[in-house]
Amino acid sequence: MKFFIYLSNYFSNRETIQEIFLIPVIATLLAIFLGLLLLIVSGSSTQIALTALVALFTGSFGSLSAISETFTAATPLIFAALGIAVGFRAGLFNIGAEGQIILGGMAAVVIGFSFQLPFAIHLIIILLSGALFGAFYAFIAGWLKATTGAHEVITTIMLNLIAYRLLDFFLRMPAIQKEGRNDPISKSIFETAELPRILYLLDPNLRVHMGFLIAIVAVFFVYWLIFHTTIGYEFRAVGKSVEASKYGGINPAITIVLAMSIAGLLAGLAGACQIAGVLGRATPGFSAGIGFDAIAVALLGRAHPIGVLFAGILFGALIAGGRAMQVSANVSLDLITVIQALIIIFIAAPILIRKLFPWIFK
Amino acid sequence: MKLKLNEISKSFGPVKANSDINLTVNRGEILGLLGENGAGKTTLMNILTGLYKPDSGSILIDNQLKVFHNPREANKNGVGMVHQHFMLVPVFSVTENIILGTEPTTTFNKIDLTNAKEKVLKISSEYNLDVDPNQLIEKLPVGIQQRVEIIKILFRDAEILIFDEPTAVLTPQEVVEFFEIIKNLKKAGKAIIFITHKLHEVLEVCDRINVLRSGKIVGEELPKKTTNKKLAELMVGRKVNLKTNRQIVEKGEVLLEVNNLSILSENKEPLLSNLDVKLHKNEILGIAGVQGNGQTEFIEALTGLRKISSGKISYFGKECKNFSPRKIHQLGVRHIPEDRQKQGLIGDFSLTENIILNTYYEKKFSNNIALNWSNAKKEAKRIIEKFDVRTNSEEISADKLSGGNQQKLLIGREMSRSINLLIASQPTRGVDVGSIEYIHNQIVMARNKGIGVLLNSTELDEIIALSDRIIVFYEGRVIAEFPSNADPNIIGLAMAGVN
Ligand SMILES: Nc1ncnc2c1ncn2[C@@H]1O[C@H](COP(=O)(O)OP(=O)(O)OP(=O)(O)O)[C@@H](O)[C@H]1O
Ligand SMILES: [Mg+2]
Repeated sequence: MKFFIYLSNYFSNRETIQEIFLIPVIATLLAIFLGLLLLIVSGSSTQIALTALVALFTGSFGSLSAISETFTAATPLIFAALGIAVGFRAGLFNIGAEGQIILGGMAAVVIGFSFQLPFAIHLIIILLSGALFGAFYAFIAGWLKATTGAHEVITTIMLNLIAYRLLDFFLRMPAIQKEGRNDPISKSIFETAELPRILYLLDPNLRVHMGFLIAIVAVFFVYWLIFHTTIGYEFRAVGKSVEASKYGGINPAITIVLAMSIAGLLAGLAGACQIAGVLGRATPGFSAGIGFDAIAVALLGRAHPIGVLFAGILFGALIAGGRAMQVSANVSLDLITVIQALIIIFIAAPILIRKLFPWIFK
Repeated sequence: MKLKLNEISKSFGPVKANSDINLTVNRGEILGLLGENGAGKTTLMNILTGLYKPDSGSILIDNQLKVFHNPREANKNGVGMVHQHFMLVPVFSVTENIILGTEPTTTFNKIDLTNAKEKVLKISSEYNLDVDPNQLIEKLPVGIQQRVEIIKILFRDAEILIFDEPTAVLTPQEVVEFFEIIKNLKKAGKAIIFITHKLHEVLEVCDRINVLRSGKIVGEELPKKTTNKKLAELMVGRKVNLKTNRQIVEKGEVLLEVNNLSILSENKEPLLSNLDVKLHKNEILGIAGVQGNGQTEFIEALTGLRKISSGKISYFGKECKNFSPRKIHQLGVRHIPEDRQKQGLIGDFSLTENIILNTYYEKKFSNNIALNWSNAKKEAKRIIEKFDVRTNSEEISADKLSGGNQQKLLIGREMSRSINLLIASQPTRGVDVGSIEYIHNQIVMARNKGIGVLLNSTELDEIIALSDRIIVFYEGRVIAEFPSNADPNIIGLAMAGVN
C-alpha cells in the first residue's frame, strides 16, 4: 500500500491514489457485474452468465496466449489514448484519434509495401511516417482552433469523416490496391517492415509484438513530457487557464497547435503499429473504432500516462476476453460494448462510486 | 433569528483551520469578524453554510441543533452567504440568476419569471437595493453584481447573512452604499456576519467584533471601546505600524515613457485617449481613480497583454513595439495583476508550479527542455518563508491557500527576483494589516533601491501612503496630477471627474 501511495504521489499531479487506481478498478468490476446481470435479466441462465464470466477472465489473463491477445489489443489503445491524454492536459478534447490513426496507417502501408529496406531501418521509417501523418492530420485541427477559434470537437469529427472517405478512395487506387482484387484492400507490407513478435521463440502464434514495448516506452516518455518539460508545463498551464498562461508569457495559440500535433503523432503511431504489427495491410475498417475506445481509455486513466497504461491493458483485456466469451458462452460481443459504456458512466460519476462504497474512501 | 456556534473545530490534514470556536450573533446585530490571512474565517463560514462538515462542534439556530449537509439545507434554515468571489452566471439576467436553483414555476413546469421579477423588485425596494431585474450580469459593475448576490439570498428568505470580504472589490463610493444596505438589513432584524481586513470598516458598522488568530477566537471587542491599533495587535499578536515610513528620495532618470497612447475597444470606442505618462527611477507613481476608467487597459497595454491602437510605450529609453508579455518580463518589468485568481495564479497548480509561472523557461528552472523541479521547489520554499505564506507544504494547490495568502505568494514571486520596474495592481487586496505593512515596506524598499513603481489601487489611502506622485484616471484620460502631500479630498473630487 505504501508503495502505491508513493507511486501516486510521485506520478500524479495531485490526483489521489483513489482517483488513479481504485475508482477505475471498482468501476470495471461493477460494470462487469451489471453486464452479467443484464445477461441474466434478458433470459440467459445463470449457468451461461457464469461461463461468460469465467471466459472473460481466462480469455484475457488465463493463459500466455490470452495475455498475448490482451497486450496486442491494448497496444494501439495505449498509443492513441496517450495522445488524447496530452490533449486533455492542454484543455483540448480530441475526438479525432480515429482519423489520425487512419492517416498514420495509410502512410505506414505505403512505406511498407513500396520498397524493401534493411529490417531495422524499414521499421523505423514506417513508424515515423505513421507518426508524421497522424501529427499532420491533427495539426490541421489545432491550427484551425488557434487561428479561427473553430472548436476542436467539431473539426476533428469532420476530419474523421474525411479520413474514412480518403481511405475508401485510397484503397481503390491502382497503385495501392492489391493486384487481382476487386474489393478495397491494400497490398501487403514487406516482412522487413513488420514489428517482430516478442514471444516468437516461445510460440510463433503469440501475436504480441514489439509495438507493445514501444507503447510502454511512450508511456514514460509522455509522463516525462507532461510533468517534467517546459512544453508539458505550457500544455498544462494553457489547459488550466488561458488568461494566466498569457500573463506567464506563454503563447496559447502555439501551445494548442503543438499539443494537438503531438496527440496526432501518438495516434498516428497507433495506426502504424496496427499495420506493422498485426494487420500487414489496410482494409476499410482497419481502424476498428480504436480511436473512439481510446477516448474512454484516456478518461479511465484520468489523462495520466500511468493510468492510461493500466486502462489500455484493461480495455485490451475486455476485447480479448470478450472474444473468448463469445466463443465459449456464445454471448454477443455487444455485451463488451455495454460493459465499456457502463465503465465510462461510473468513471464520469466518481461521486456515485464514492457513495456506493463509502468505506473504501474513508 | 439567533445563531450560536458551539465549539466548532475543523482540520485540513495537519492544519487546524478552526479550533473550538464559540460565536453568537443576535437578531438585528452586525458581528465583525477579523483575523489574519489564513486565520480560518472563510473556513468557519463555509462550515456554517454547509460547504464543509466540522470535525466537531455544533450549530444552533434559535437554540435548536442544526446539521447542514450542503448550502441548500443552510439556505432552507435561513442562512445565506455572499462569497468573496461571486457565483453568478454572466450571460443570465439578474432575475434568472436570483431564482437559479429555486425557480418558481407555473403549470407544466414553466418558469414563472413575472412573479419572480415582482418579488425581486419588492426586495430591492424594501432594502434600497437598486437593480434592473432584466439586465444581464456581465453588463453590470461589481458593486451591482454584489447587490444581486444579496437579493439572491434574501429571495431565499435568509435571516442570517454572511459577507466574506464584501468590500475588497468595491470602490469607495460603493462601500458607502454597501454600508447603507447592511444597516437597512440590520434594521429589518437580520443577523449579520461581516468579514473584512479593513479595521475602520468594522469600527464604523459593527455592533460587536470577534478576532480570530490561528483558528481560535482571541478576543471580543466593542467598536466604541477599542481602536485600530488594538484590533491590529489582537489580530497579528504583535505591534503593527499602521503608517508607512517613506523618506524622500531624489528621483532618477525616466524608466518608462508613454506617449500619446490610445486604445480602442472592439467596437471602436475609446478606452484610453492620448495618454502621456512618465515613471522615473526611485519613484512610486500612484494611479488613482474609480475602477473602470481605463486603468486595467493601461496596465494590460504596458505588460503586453493588450494591443495598442496608437502611440508609443518605451522602457528604459527603447520603444517596445508589440512586445509580448514574456519580452517585457525579460526587461525586468514585474507585474502584479489585479485579479490573482484569473491571471496571477493557476488554482489547480501547486505552489511550486505557480512560482515558476512566468520564469519556467529561464536558466534557473529549465535547460530549455526539461524543468528543474528541485530548483523550483527551493525557490518556492524561499518565497513562502520570506513572505510568510501560511501553508504546511509547497506541494498543495494554490486554491487551498486562504485568499490573502494567495496574494502574498503572488507578490513574493514578483518581488523577490531581479527587477527594474514594478507594476502593481491592487497589491494588498484581501491582505491582512500585518502583511500590508510588510508589502508596503517591500515596495518602498524597492523604490529606495532604484526601482520605479507604478502603483494602481482603488484604495486612495494606499495611494496616498505610498506614492511620490499621483495621477488620476477618468474616462480613459489622465485628468489631474498631484504631489504626494496633496489633499485627499481634492484627489477624491478629481476621481469623480471634477477638475
Ligand atoms: N480546502 C482546503 N484544503 C486544505 N487546506 C485548506 C482548505 N481551505 C482552507 N485551508 C487552510 O485552512 C486555513 C484557513 O483558511 P481560511 O481560508 O479559512 O482563511 P481566512 O481566514 O479566510 O484567510 P483570508 O483572510 O486570507 O481569506 C489556511 O491555512 C488554509 O490554507
Ligand atoms: Mg478568506
